[in-house]
Amino acid sequence: MMNKRSEFDVEINDTKGTPFIDNAKISARNVEVFYEKKQAIFNTSIDIGKNQIVAMIGPSGCGKSTFLRCLNRMNDTIQSCQIRGEIKLDNEDIYARQQDPVLLRARVGMVFQKPNPFSKSIYDNVAYGAKLHGLTSNQVELDDLVEKSLMRAGLFNEVKDDLHKPGTGLSGGQQQRLCIARTIAIDPEVILMDEPTSALDPIATAVIEELMIELSKKYTIVIVTHSMQQAARVSQRTAYFHMGHLIEVNDTNTVFTNPEHQLTENYITGRFG
Amino acid sequence: MQKSAMINNEIIRKRLAKRYAKERRFRLYGVASITISIAFLLTLLVNISLNGLPAFQQTYINLEVNLDEDILGVTSSSNDKEFLQGNYSKAIKSSLKTLFPNVKGRKNNKALKQLVSSSATYQIRDFVMDNPNMIGTTQSFWFLAKDDIDVFIKGGIDRSLPETDRRIKDLQLIWIDQLLFDQRLEKRFNFTFFTQSDSREPEQAGIKGAVVGSLLVMLVTMLLSFPIGVLAAVYLEEFAPQNNKWVDMIEININNLAAVPSIVFGLLGLAVFIGLFGVPRSVPLVGGLVLTLMTLPTIIITTRAALKAVPYSIREAALALGASRVQMAFHHVVPAAMPGILTGTIIGMAQALGETAPLLMIGMVAFVANVPQGIADPSTVLPVQIYLWSDSPERAFIERTYAAIMVLIGFLVMMNFIAVIMRRIFEKKF
Repeated sequence: MMNKRSEFDVEINDTKGTPFIDNAKISARNVEVFYEKKQAIFNTSIDIGKNQIVAMIGPSGCGKSTFLRCLNRMNDTIQSCQIRGEIKLDNEDIYARQQDPVLLRARVGMVFQKPNPFSKSIYDNVAYGAKLHGLTSNQVELDDLVEKSLMRAGLFNEVKDDLHKPGTGLSGGQQQRLCIARTIAIDPEVILMDEPTSALDPIATAVIEELMIELSKKYTIVIVTHSMQQAARVSQRTAYFHMGHLIEVNDTNTVFTNPEHQLTENYITGRFG
Repeated sequence: MQKSAMINNEIIRKRLAKRYAKERRFRLYGVASITISIAFLLTLLVNISLNGLPAFQQTYINLEVNLDEDILGVTSSSNDKEFLQGNYSKAIKSSLKTLFPNVKGRKNNKALKQLVSSSATYQIRDFVMDNPNMIGTTQSFWFLAKDDIDVFIKGGIDRSLPETDRRIKDLQLIWIDQLLFDQRLEKRFNFTFFTQSDSREPEQAGIKGAVVGSLLVMLVTMLLSFPIGVLAAVYLEEFAPQNNKWVDMIEININNLAAVPSIVFGLLGLAVFIGLFGVPRSVPLVGGLVLTLMTLPTIIITTRAALKAVPYSIREAALALGASRVQMAFHHVVPAAMPGILTGTIIGMAQALGETAPLLMIGMVAFVANVPQGIADPSTVLPVQIYLWSDSPERAFIERTYAAIMVLIGFLVMMNFIAVIMRRIFEKKF
């Protein structure tokens, strides 16, 4: 405990590195999140560039998942959660009064830590979002969309004969790719991934990582991960969170080779976390 | 180091024997308690079956009835009104008289006539009205035997008792023996029990009215309590603000309502539905309303438990795809909770099916001799019918009471069976 406090005493007034960039897809300014009285995120500002993969790393409970869930207003479902500050998606305040969270979530998709396919067929899992938003006008278009989405998620060849079997019957890695297919079927602009591979084995993880790099050509991706290797492999920029503070943001290379902040260095060299 | 490890092993081994003994004891207790429960259940079922099975048979008496114009007082050209006024009991009397010509005295003649049930006259009347051209001929009829004769044939009366202690007198015994000898008396399957409603005469009493009444009451209860209960539970679980004192209060009150004695719901129904809203008494509608009040807490509580058991990740998945809360609830959460919801509903319905007390309060305990045609016709229900028969003095009602219990248990088993099937159909892994 004493040890931890002494580490925390390192200066964390301002985020180090380069949190701000030009042409940001998402820009967050002075975001603070509270659960009842407890503050989970302190004064966090960061830009997320278009078609970039931004990785968020940090020890457990540092607030990286909480911050991620602010970006598509998933925290709205938690009643005790309060958010201050400003988050803009294409210069549009997502917490503005006129902003509809349902529309926002169609633009900012999310993939969760534990694969959570619906207890429906593989086909219906992928078609659900499109049906919900009325994105296709007939069955042929829908079939097409399902095939295309599964294809892009790299799952189609494995399941093309079993489209009407339950999605819950797939392996963990396949389920997670099904969830990604389901997310990209509604063609969002941003995909948030909350530790998408933490429940998967290394081979399934590698498949998903390749998929992320492929998807980043079209989408902006924000990924929360516990694995520094994963952050190093897939992301262009990395943000390091520590106890609710955004400590440092920089190019992934810079963060891992030449961290500015003592805490970042301690974390990536494995001194804690 | 080596030595202390050996000592430790010794300590563990010593305790191990005790631990296993404890486990064996616990298993023994478990098997014993299950055996006791099964024994009780079997005793109950065997007792009910032994007592109730005779009711599925009924003694019939065969008589040759002379459908003479002079005896009946009707001709083949009579109109309906004249037919209804015909003297059919005279025909039966004369038919019995031919079989037993030596019976003398008013009292004995009356006893002779009471070998057959009073329904015999209606049987002849209906036959004559359907076949007027048969008037003047002699026809063979099988009539229901009077309840005491039926009980005697099934062995319910001991003929070795002195005459004063017997419901069947010596003279009747002679007649019965004669009829048996002539093969004019036999036991047949008791269709009457399933096709007739309640009657003061045990041999004419059936459960059709009560069964139909029960089905109508269940229909009303089901149609009201299932949607109201499930919607209330979905609202409370998925939409109502959490940690709100009003919601907490509603929740506590629902839990309390589930424990309220059912007769209180009957009083409430009497005061509100009948007193305030003027719903007629004794009808399945008001019975269904009262049982809905009683069933709602059960359905709400079980539905909420089923909804709570649905993983939160399913909700998140739906919301993250841009589903609204209503879509999230009805596309994903409710279907996933459906097995639990249905089980709860059927448990609630089974409770309602077996309920007597609240229905006594709203007049469903009345004697109803007709099969109800709709939810606004006076009717009774199975458990109340059982209660009514169990209270009747006639000996023959005892077996009918047990038989009605068998039918009620049959319904309950059927409902539980449906619950199991529904679970199978809706159960999906996730």
